[in-house]
Amino acid sequence: MSGAPPSSVRKGSAWAIWLPLALFVVFVVLVTVGLLRPADRNVASTLIDRPLPSFNLPSPLPGGAGLKSADLSGGRPRLLNIFASWCVPCRVEAPQLAQLAKAGVTIDGISVRDRPDALQAFLAENGNPYSRIGADNAGSVQLALGSSGVPETYVIDGKGRVRYQHIGEIRPEHVALLLGKLEAAK
Amino acid sequence: MATVHSPRIKAKHQRLVLLVIALAVVLLAGLLAAWALRSQASYFYVPSEIVAKPPEADRFVRLGGMVEKGSLKTAPDGVTIRFVVGDGKSRVPVSFSGIVPSLFVEGSGVVAEGRMQPGGTFKADNLLAKHDENYVPREMQNMTQAQARKVVAETQ
Amino acid sequence: MIAELGLAALWLAAALAVLQLVGGALALTARGSALGDLVRPVAVVQGLLALVAFAALIRVFAVTDLSVRLVALNSHSMKPLVFKIAAAWGNHEGSMLLWVTVMGLAGGFVALVERRLPERTMLATLAGQAFVSLGFYAFLLIASNPFERLATPPAEGNGLNPLLQDLGLAFHPPTLYLGYVGLSVAFSFAIGALVTREVGPAFARAMRPWVLGAWIFLTLGITAGSYWAYYELGWGGWWFWDPVENASLMPWLAATALLHSCGVLAARNALRAWTIMLGVVAFSMSMVGTFLVRSGILTSVHAFAVDPQRGTFILALLAINIGGALTLFGLRAGTVTEGERFAVVSREGALVMNNVLLSAILGIVLFGTLYPLAAEAMGAKVSVGPPYFNPVSALFFVPMLVVLAVGPLLRWRQDKLDRIGKGLALPAAMVVVALLAVLMIGGAGLLPYLGLALGAGLAVASFLPLRDRNLRRTPLPIWGMVIAHFGVAVALLGMASESAYSVERLVALRVGESTAVGPWSVRLASVDPVAGPNWTALEGKLEVRYAGGAVEVARPQARNFWAPAQQTSESSLLTRWNGQLYSVLGEEASDNRWQVRLWWKPFVTLIWLGGMLIALGGVLAVIGHVLSDWRRIVARSRIADRRESQGR
Repeated sequence: MSGAPPSSVRKGSAWAIWLPLALFVVFVVLVTVGLLRPADRNVASTLIDRPLPSFNLPSPLPGGAGLKSADLSGGRPRLLNIFASWCVPCRVEAPQLAQLAKAGVTIDGISVRDRPDALQAFLAENGNPYSRIGADNAGSVQLALGSSGVPETYVIDGKGRVRYQHIGEIRPEHVALLLGKLEAAK
Repeated sequence: MATVHSPRIKAKHQRLVLLVIALAVVLLAGLLAAWALRSQASYFYVPSEIVAKPPEADRFVRLGGMVEKGSLKTAPDGVTIRFVVGDGKSRVPVSFSGIVPSLFVEGSGVVAEGRMQPGGTFKADNLLAKHDENYVPREMQNMTQAQARKVVAETQ
Repeated sequence: MIAELGLAALWLAAALAVLQLVGGALALTARGSALGDLVRPVAVVQGLLALVAFAALIRVFAVTDLSVRLVALNSHSMKPLVFKIAAAWGNHEGSMLLWVTVMGLAGGFVALVERRLPERTMLATLAGQAFVSLGFYAFLLIASNPFERLATPPAEGNGLNPLLQDLGLAFHPPTLYLGYVGLSVAFSFAIGALVTREVGPAFARAMRPWVLGAWIFLTLGITAGSYWAYYELGWGGWWFWDPVENASLMPWLAATALLHSCGVLAARNALRAWTIMLGVVAFSMSMVGTFLVRSGILTSVHAFAVDPQRGTFILALLAINIGGALTLFGLRAGTVTEGERFAVVSREGALVMNNVLLSAILGIVLFGTLYPLAAEAMGAKVSVGPPYFNPVSALFFVPMLVVLAVGPLLRWRQDKLDRIGKGLALPAAMVVVALLAVLMIGGAGLLPYLGLALGAGLAVASFLPLRDRNLRRTPLPIWGMVIAHFGVAVALLGMASESAYSVERLVALRVGESTAVGPWSVRLASVDPVAGPNWTALEGKLEVRYAGGAVEVARPQARNFWAPAQQTSESSLLTRWNGQLYSVLGEEASDNRWQVRLWWKPFVTLIWLGGMLIALGGVLAVIGHVLSDWRRIVARSRIADRRESQGR
């Protein structure tokens, strides 16, 4: 070991010692700003309080009714759920959707990039809370809604305007929140 | 260490020389980086921006937008494609030679890297379509109102 | 059950990390606290428990236990076993678990083996290691539990991004992680030394194997990652200056600098504060890299999941660890005594130049990587690519090559340039000859010319340190240095040759039609469907001839994966001694023609060969240092024995 006496303590470059910390602080501030910015964008979705884009989707299942944007302005608030049989979180949220349906909420579904047989199996397994289902095979309606993934749920008011967007699966703790948003949309 | 103070080495002086060299290099690096970034960083445009305020000719930029349905045409050579990228306000014709990324389809989002040609066509050297069906390029989030991806829907 | 076992092991490991931290800290303050004796065994057990947790995760992935959320999201029962296992760390939670596991094992190993340092420094080091680990344990247990169960397990999993279903990539992230974690040990040593102010050759020798080891893994990881991007992305490029790539390059640059300054500290007891600083910076760069990749704050062509929340967590860890370390550095570095002095023209001086230039390149890469972020904060969206990175980093890389050629020939402390002038005549002549040769061939830009000429000179210069040495008695670390430096020259030649002489051809061919690229003639013989375990593909059969020679076959594929449904193109590589033919099959164009993209890349393989040589040099150096340390310990204990027996 260097048992050197601290006789020649460096003094001249005292400020230089703090330079790395200063640079690091600049870095942290910069990335914090960067991290917060996209989060701000999430809240300010421009679709909120605007009418839905118009669409007319066929039914994914033989004999179903399909889903038009006009169906959604039926005077009462309702939920629009974007889902797919291949999506794991959609299975996670199925019990909550069933609970909401039982509470008297009308739920319409848009199934994204799905196959009829897989969808049939999914509904048989997880229950079918939907009053209507539209098949969005190209994902174009999903994109028009400003949804980047599955699942996503929208609260639509009686005039067919988007009032609230829920990203990700509906967990048990979100049910009350959604019911509240539906109430507010009346 | 204060044990060796050889007069031959002139320690203080030598140290100073090293320090000056180091500072000069760092300063040079900083200045150079700043200058090069200003001239070499490629900017991201959406169609309405690139139409309203085109970049200087031969400047490497990125253009992001949605590939319009029905606009995709293959040239007779079999490897050049032309399509129109739009953002709902403006439309920009794009040409590209190369193997198209597999997720590149009409109606989907794309980021094209290349240069704006004098005739108003964008010549792409590269098309970026992320290999992830849930992906929306971060730069396009403003335009599509797409939201951050969910914790759970990730595929890596 | 296995998943719960893993979770329990993880909690227990975290608890032990707390004990390790508190015990170490208390033992440092209260003198002779009994807790101090606990720290080493606790560190070992903590590492083993983390290993148990990781083994549990591998197990649930291997048997595809779909009731575990992570498995359901990232695996699929139809996947080949090796990819099922690789899927365990091919995702965020699993990779973080791998991180803490390796970190715990490394800490345990240090606790078991390291006996050279004063006990107080060791305690501070292990406490520091526990502190860093604890952040990651908290991250795992609070924000990203890998063992979370699903209430209703799905019938089938989501699958793994097919781009990542590749052996090279399966082992690429763990390699980089080993590097990052190795640097975390160096970081802990630096903290320990700062706390006790014991900075000297012994500290450098204790730290050096870890830095070397980390640096070897980073070198291998970057080399492998570059090769993966080269053949898997199908773009023909081998380095894109993508944020993800930069994230692995920056720690490597810092580790390279640290490695060299560590050598100075070990041999000459100089550059003390600077080495400590680099120890902190190298690990900071690892964390910054992980943060940039995982937070998705920068757009990257590599598909990584994006989650700002996780980013916030890693950023918090980063701020605490690095901010704390830099503050400690600011408080203590002033009191670390100055090291031995040396002249500008000396081995130390050259190594300082190496450090300065590497730091400059590091700064340039970091600056360019973060610039889009800064620009976005001001409202502009930019991306920074090769037009910035290539020339700007080259400007510092070129003088570094000169230092690299000259430095190893200089003596420690003080030397004169004219003493070594004669020795450098040969490499200088090589540079001139090579420059004339490439200028006569022509057809490339300034940078590739410079690269070829300097590469040729450096290849010769890197062997000069062996001159006047008895090769049998040359220590292994010297061999390591020579080979690593030679590897730099080889890689440089590969890069320059690739960028100077690559030929590209893009055509649409009917079956039976031919084309040519460089010296190759290529005929599309057929396009057939083929099937793999979880994909189907169209496979082109290309009959190729090099300069009219024998027919060889290249088989590029366009693959369709089932789960998740995706398409990828599998490029085909035909390797000759003097380069590679790279072919990609595109889509079917109109009228039965197939898009085919071909590159002839002379000597491109030298890039990765060089990378492997660099790593090999590192391996030799590690072996050499460990062996000589071992001999020193044995000799010392023998002397002690002898004294004891004489005393009697």
